[in-house]
Formats: sequence, C-alpha cells, structure tokens
Amino acid sequence: MSSNRVSAPILAALIFLCTAGAVVSASLGKYEDPRPVDGIAAWQQVYSVLVSPRCINCHTASNYPEQGDNRARHFANVVRGPAGTGVAGFRCVTCHQKENADSTGVPGGKNWHLAPLSMKWQDTNDQPLSSAEVCRAITDRARNGGLNGAALLKHHTEEPLVLWAWSPGRGVDGAMRTLPPLNHDEFVAATKQWVDAGMPCPK
Amino acid sequence: MSAATKRSKDHGINRRSFLHASVTAAGGLLVSLYFNRASAQEGASAAQGPPKINYPPDAFVEIRPDGKIVIQVNRLEFGQGVQTALPMVLADEMDADWASVVPQLAQAKDIYKDPVFGIQMVGGSGSIAHSFQQYRELGAKTRAMLLSAAAKNWNVGADTLRTEPSVVIGPGGKRATYAELAKAATAMPVPANVRLKNPSEFRYIGKRTPRLDSRAKCDGSIKFGLDFDQPGMLTAVVAHPPMFGAKVRGFDDADARRVEGVREIFQISLPRGSGIAVVADKFWTAKQARDRLKIDWDTTEIAKEDTTALWAKYRQLAGTKGLSALARGDESALDKIASANRIVAEYEFPYLAHTPMEPLNTTIRFDGDRAEAWVGSQFQTFDQMAIAQTLGLKAEQVLFHTEMAGGGFGRRAVPDSHVQREAAEIAKKLRGTTVKLIWTREDDVRGGFYRPMFFHRVEIGVGTDGMPAAWRHVVVGQSIMEGTPFAMMMKDGIDPTVAEGITDTQYNLANFNVSIHQPKVNVPVLWWRSVGNTHTAYVMETLIEELAERTKMDPIAYRRKLLKPDAKKLRAALDLMEAKSAAWRQKLPKGHAVGFALHESFDTGVAVAVDVSIVNKRPKVHRATVAVHCGLAANPLTVESQFQAGSGFGLSQLMAKGAITLKDGLVEQRNFHEFVPPYIMDAPVAVDVHIVPSTDPPTGCGEPPVPVISPAVANALSKLTGKRYRSLPLVEI
Amino acid sequence: MAKFQLTVNGQRKEVNADPTTPLLWVLREDLKMTGTKYGCGVSACGACTVHVDGVATRSCMLPISLLGDRPITTIEAMANDRVGRVVQDAWVEKDVVQCGYCQSGQIMSAVALLKETPRPTETQIEESMGGNLCRCATYVRIREAVQLASQRLK
Repeated sequence: MSSNRVSAPILAALIFLCTAGAVVSASLGKYEDPRPVDGIAAWQQVYSVLVSPRCINCHTASNYPEQGDNRARHFANVVRGPAGTGVAGFRCVTCHQKENADSTGVPGGKNWHLAPLSMKWQDTNDQPLSSAEVCRAITDRARNGGLNGAALLKHHTEEPLVLWAWSPGRGVDGAMRTLPPLNHDEFVAATKQWVDAGMPCPK
Repeated sequence: MSAATKRSKDHGINRRSFLHASVTAAGGLLVSLYFNRASAQEGASAAQGPPKINYPPDAFVEIRPDGKIVIQVNRLEFGQGVQTALPMVLADEMDADWASVVPQLAQAKDIYKDPVFGIQMVGGSGSIAHSFQQYRELGAKTRAMLLSAAAKNWNVGADTLRTEPSVVIGPGGKRATYAELAKAATAMPVPANVRLKNPSEFRYIGKRTPRLDSRAKCDGSIKFGLDFDQPGMLTAVVAHPPMFGAKVRGFDDADARRVEGVREIFQISLPRGSGIAVVADKFWTAKQARDRLKIDWDTTEIAKEDTTALWAKYRQLAGTKGLSALARGDESALDKIASANRIVAEYEFPYLAHTPMEPLNTTIRFDGDRAEAWVGSQFQTFDQMAIAQTLGLKAEQVLFHTEMAGGGFGRRAVPDSHVQREAAEIAKKLRGTTVKLIWTREDDVRGGFYRPMFFHRVEIGVGTDGMPAAWRHVVVGQSIMEGTPFAMMMKDGIDPTVAEGITDTQYNLANFNVSIHQPKVNVPVLWWRSVGNTHTAYVMETLIEELAERTKMDPIAYRRKLLKPDAKKLRAALDLMEAKSAAWRQKLPKGHAVGFALHESFDTGVAVAVDVSIVNKRPKVHRATVAVHCGLAANPLTVESQFQAGSGFGLSQLMAKGAITLKDGLVEQRNFHEFVPPYIMDAPVAVDVHIVPSTDPPTGCGEPPVPVISPAVANALSKLTGKRYRSLPLVEI
Repeated sequence: MAKFQLTVNGQRKEVNADPTTPLLWVLREDLKMTGTKYGCGVSACGACTVHVDGVATRSCMLPISLLGDRPITTIEAMANDRVGRVVQDAWVEKDVVQCGYCQSGQIMSAVALLKETPRPTETQIEESMGGNLCRCATYVRIREAVQLASQRLK
C-alpha cells in the first residue's frame, strides 16, 4: 500500500463529509462550498435590486403603486385597477408615456403598469418581503407567469420595464432618479449565477 | 374682513363698519374706516350701509336693441354664483325676461364699490347681503324709467301701465318691449324712491335658478384671467425669494438667456424682498429660463421660521394670559372648581394654503400715461390702486377689467396686492407691451398668505348640572389685519378675526374669559374662507360635544339648552337639522357614527349632522344633513351648492397632508402632491341642504358652510375611536 | 424649436415649438385653445386632461416630442361627441360648476370613464375621477352628473 493511496473507505468518508458540510453550510447560508453557496449569494444580489425603489415601487401588495426613493404612495389617488393598468379614465398611461419625459419629470416605458398581486414583493403595510419570501414568489411558476429559470434570466435581461430601472430619467426637480445598487450587467450576471445554481432560495 | 360684517357687541366693531379707500395726490393709500351704529337686528334697512348713494341705473343696466339686457355685476365671480344671483335680483324688480339677461363683471369704478365696505371687493360673504337692496332698487328704478317712457309715448299716466317680462303693457292692450323703450327711458329722470315688490310678487328671487355660466364652463369657452390673450402679449414668471423677504444679492442669467424665446430677464423689487422676472414669448419658455437662473439670495436678515419651533413658542404663550378680547363674569370662578370637574384642552391648527384651482395671475399693459389691467380680483379697488402706484399713475388712469376667476377663497383679496404690484413692476419695464404674469402652482403653495397657525388652550369648569360654569380661553396666532389698511378695524391692539367665533359665540357661557396673543412671525398670512371661524368653530364645537358626552346628554339637546334665548337663527337651524336627519340617524349602520356641529358666522346660522365611518384609515363622510338660516335665500340653488361643496372644502382641514409647514425658513410643500386638498373620495358622498324659510334680509352663504363640517366629522370620529382630535390636520386617526 | 404636425379635434395643425413643451401649453398658447387648463403642472389635479388617441391624458406633463401622430381630443370637441354632449348636458342640468376652472378636466375624465364603463359603480366613479381635483369641492354634484349621464347613455 503506497502512502499516497487513499483507501476507498476513507475516500468515501471524505466525500460524505464534504457533501454533508456543503449541505450544512448551504442551509446556514455560509460560504464554504463554491457552487450552492454562490447561488444564494447571487440571489442576495438579485434581491437587493428587486427591493430597490425603481423596481419594488410597482410590485406592491396594495391597491396603488408607490413612487420616489421614500416609496411613498403614488400621489393623486392612482389605483391599480383590474389589470394593473389603472382604471377607465385614469390609467397609468394617463401620465406615463412609452419613454421618460425628462422635461416634465415623468418616468415612462413601454406598457407602464403595476406587477400583478401574485408578484407583490411587499406586505400590505408597504414593507418589503424578506429575501426568502421574494425568492419563493419569483420561482413559483404558478405565480410568476410560468417563467422557468431561463425565462427569468431573459426577463431580467430584456424586459423593457426591467431595463427602465437603469435609465429611469429625471424627476420633476430635474435630478436623475437614483439607480438600483447593481448595474444592469451585474444584475444579469447575478441572475445567471443564481439560475445556474438551480435558483436556490434562502430559508 | 369677516369682522367688518360681524355683529359684535363684544369686540366693539359693528357689522356695518366699512372702509372707504382713495388714492392721495402723492399716490399713498388712504383708507378711512367708518362706523355705523345700526345692527343686524334693525332688519331690512341694515342690509345697505351708508353713505346712501342714488345709484344710476345706466351704470348697471343696458338694454340692447336685440332685447338683451346686460347687467353689470359689481363684484368678482369666482364660483359663489353672484353673477347669477345679483342679476336675478335686479331682473326681478325690473321685470326683465330672464332669458335675455347677460351678466358682465364690472370694471373697477367707484360706482361698483360694495355699498357697505366702501371698496369694490368680494369678502365677508357680503355679495348678496350687501347688494341685495341695491340691486332691487336698481331694477325697480329701471322699470320705473321704462314705464315713464311708455307713458310719455302713449300720453297716458304711468299708473295705468303694467309690465310682463321685458314688455310694458298699456291701456287697450298696447305693448312696447323694453328694447323699443330703452332709448327713450334713458332720458327719463331717475326716480329717487321706488316701490319694491312684496316677496309674494317675486318672479326670480327665492326660486332655484341654474347658473348662467354653466354651459360656458362645461364646453371650455369661458375665459378666466389666465386665459386672457392679445396679439403680441408676452408671459412672465418670477423667481421668488425662497424665504419670505429674502433679497437678490446677485444672479447669473447666462444659461437662462440661452433659452430660445426669452425676451427680458431683470431684477424687480417685491413687497417682501426682491426677485428676478423672466419675460418670454410663452409660459414654458419663461419657466425653462427661470429654472436655469443662478441666484444668490441674501437671507442674512431674515427670520428663518420653523413650525416645530413655533408650536413650542405658541404652547408656552398659551399658558399665559394675553390681550383681553372678552371678559364676562368672574374670571377666578374657574379656579374655584375642583380639578376633577375641569376640562383642559389644547388645540393646534397649521398654516393652510388657499390654492385656488386657477393659479394667480395678472395681465397689464402700460402705455406711459395710462394702463390697462386684467385681473381676477376680489379687491378691485386696492389692486387698481396698487398698479397705479407702481406705474406712477392715478387709479382712474388704470382701466381695470375684472376677469372670471377660478376660485379664490380669500387668496385674491390681498391687502398689499403683491401679485398686481409684481405684474406692474414688469409691465413698467416693458412699456407698450401687454405682459401676463403667471404664478406657477409651486409659487402659490410656497408663496405665503396662509391661514395663520393657531394654538388654543381652553380650561372649562363644569357645573353640577353638567353645563359650563367657567370658561377660560387663550388663542395664539398671527394677526391678519396688522400692518394692512384693515388694522384700523383693530381695537386695543386686538385683531377681531383671531377669536371671532369665540367672542361672539351664541352659547350662554358664564364666567367667560378670552384672551389672545398675536406673535409676529415672518410668514405672510391672510383670510382663508371663513377666516377665524375655521379654527374657533372647531374648538367650540368639539368641546361642546365633549361636554354633552361627559354629562351623558343628547348633543342636540345640550346645545339647545346652552344657546342664548335670542339665538334665533341657530335655534331654527338646529331644529331643522334635527328633524331632517332624524330618519337616517336612527338607522346608522354598524361602524358608523354621527357627529354634530352648530355655528353662526357672517350672520348665517348653520347646523350639521354627519354620518361617518372609517375607510382605509381615513374618515368617510357618507352623508351630511345641513340646515341653514341665511334670511331670504336669493337663489336657493346657489345656497344649496355652496353648502354641499363648502362642506368638501371645509374638510381640507382634516386631510392627512393638509398642512403647510416650514423648516429653516423654507416652506416644505411644493404642489398638490404635498399639500393635498380633498379629492372626490375625501369629500362627503351626499349633502342634503335645508333652508329655514325666512324673509329676513339675506345673509352670506360663501363662508358659513366651511366652519361646521370639520368639527362635526371629528365628533363622529371620536365616537368611533374614543380619541379626541385636537391637532390638525388628521395625520392619523 | 421644431415643427410638429398635430391632429386636434380632427383638424391638422402645425406648430413650431420647443420639443420639451408640454402639450398643454401648445394647446393653450400656440393653438389658442384655452379650454384645457393649467392647475398644477405635475399631473396632480387633472385640470389639463385631454384624450390622446382616446386615452384620458394629463397634457401638462406630455412633452410634444412624445406625442407622435396620436390624435388629440379636447374639451372644445365634446359638444360634438356623443358621450361628451350627454356628459356636458348632465353637468349643466345638475348645476355642477362653481368656479368651473377644473370642470374641463372633470368632464374629460368622466367621458373617458363612461366610454369604457357606461354603468359605473360609486367606487368606479371615485377611482376614475379620483385624480381630478376640484378646490370648490363640487364632488356631490359631479357624482350625480356622472350617474345622470350614465342613465342617459343606456
């Protein structure tokens, strides 16, 4: 028996230990094993964008959208309406055009609307849901519009209203709206990492 | 202003006080205040104050060949319906065909001054109260002159003639239309005395009459002041001081001048501080340029007000006795009442902006020796004088057109005419060019002239019968009149508007002491529809309901017991409200509560009951039943509308974002997203209005709807939550 | 400055304006159509409401450059609009207006509501008219007039 030979039983034990360690560390959210740990970390990055005002303001649990970095209830009694597009005579598009109107300070994008209630990322007191709750919501194909990982990645990469978050235009005061904490490339990369990791969700 | 119309034995100013204004040779403003001893109880004759003027009908009525009858309305129309009501009054006595009547808002002229106030103005809910008799007489005189003309034509006695709408009918069925007689009638002498109709003869007065301006206000054709246009007209905006009274130290307009269409950029002086005027072809151009100005403001000598600090100061002041506004009975009686039988209540009322829907504006053309102005003005006399002064002219050299105004609520009745002075400063520089000055909504919200902040501290000693046995009331808040021509209406340093609604309460309060503090604050303040009654009625009516509750008495019965025996109008209104609301009050759904309020202001008595529940954490007013004693209601439909909508306006006070606040000298609100008046869901769903039948002289209906609604809703909310609401607005309930 | 072709109430118009100018001011100042009102400039009051391609739109915040070829309908055309005329008549019959400054916008919102929802509930009226401010607060009569127009449109 050479000294550099590892016996099968020992190898098996080591593999077991590593695997067990990975399972334990994943469930604790620690970062010892590269693969699944990266998935959760990537998700946390995605989450940080989703709950930023540019995104979460239109993922409310209420009858209204929010606005501004303080996520105030939208002024002038704007309401969700049956399809998330406002109500007859008072639509999102009553003000929001297909692109930003920087001279007047109105944000705009194609098909400006509220996310459906199934995609709410807030509670009814307008507080953001936890990372785990948002993760479960967006990975639940019964709630997310039937999107699998690839489709979610595509959504984050191409959807005009998602892209708007990185070119949100100027407000009424002429100042640029603040951006999400990651740039769009980083957001897409984090989403890809998370999807590649099997879309793990924190507990 | 309201004080001028108030019966007020307590503060010594009579309702027939009036102002007389003129411009001295030097251009200085001279305002004389006249007092008259007559009181409201004197009846019909009291409706018209001195001096007695024999108004010439031809200054008010024009009968055109096509039969149209053009009637000059001597005051601004800004929603209150005077442009319909005053012509009704005149047309009735004249026997004019209503369908032929065309109202016109009169230019600024002496003849159009308010007969009681002595200046041309709208305020103090005096439009009908002060001009009812005047317009009746004008109508009757016009008719008499037409009859004289017909009598002369037909060579018969005038007493053989009668009239039907716009037609004189003579013996043997002779007929002549008013249009046919018009020219001859103008040559007839103006009769000094005319017989007025008995109420039973009225054709239009007292009948529900639709507004004459409805269609034009529904099809976009009506022209407001802001819609005024002329070829070659320019538009101006002004960069106003960020703090009241700040001055321009220097400015850089290089970027602003690059905006295409900018004509002139220059510094102007303002009544408080200075500013930069931007004149351009169009509004958007001017605003774009204004946004690009870099201005260095000198704020070193400015008191930088902060509403949080002001509340602390006001609270402290309220703990001390102020100037005595009323002292009745034994002031120490309160201290002899056991503390368990005392109520101590402190109330806070914030600054409120008027924010009429049509932003403030004024158009002026200055031609050196004359000027022309177009203004939606509540104060034509003052505004005309201010423009004249600024341009170095006499008032009569300024042809002043009264423009239709989109609301006002007091904001277009500014003693110093600061908007008109600003516009005149600009017009002076652009001689020969018509310039329209537009205040943006942000200018308006941040521009001051708010309903003042008020703090009340009230101590009530409750007697063994549950009725108040002693009442000590301290009010703290800025004077509106001080430093204005209206200061002449102050007596012993007391602005009568500060505690109106308390000092003249119709409740029989024993050992009643009211004192006031009038701190000086660097925030311009102004009357806001119903003036002092906005806050005093709230305090009085929430406390009265609290007292009734404490005594376990029905709140209506409690009020009735506490009212003075001669509180005729309030008693009648209370009875009518009780009867008309009885049915729904007995069937209140679960989760609903009823609240009441009763208040007399501007000689009009109002009682209200509201049905309130809490929806989405806000009060929802499902119904309000209002009973009104306003004497003879000239147009009951207008009275109904004023009380329905005025209830909604009054609820401005309860809106979660219904306050103007300051921090480090800066107003914190900018526009309707931050200072939020009631929208449709915030206003009562239904308001039924009941008018006490009366032939007493008509009294005001513009302001009296406002004071009662907020305390009534707060009283209902207290029943639902068990809390007292003593700090407005209602940020949370 | 740039030239823009507009279709307003069925008529072709050409204006020469700064592309950042809101439609409201093009209507009011270039086309002299003052029925559409300036109340706040930030879409908080609804006084400037017009229909753009049939959609109730706050003209005070719509830069002319983003209009494209969409047709505009204003209060001035409502007398010749089937629903518009009924709504205006209901407004007059109910004596809704006071100062009247907001009413162009109120009517434009009501017409848009009724074209899509001819029989609105009280809640639908509150939601659809919920962004139109009336400082006189003539809301009781606005509700009644919308209901009356709705009945007439049956």
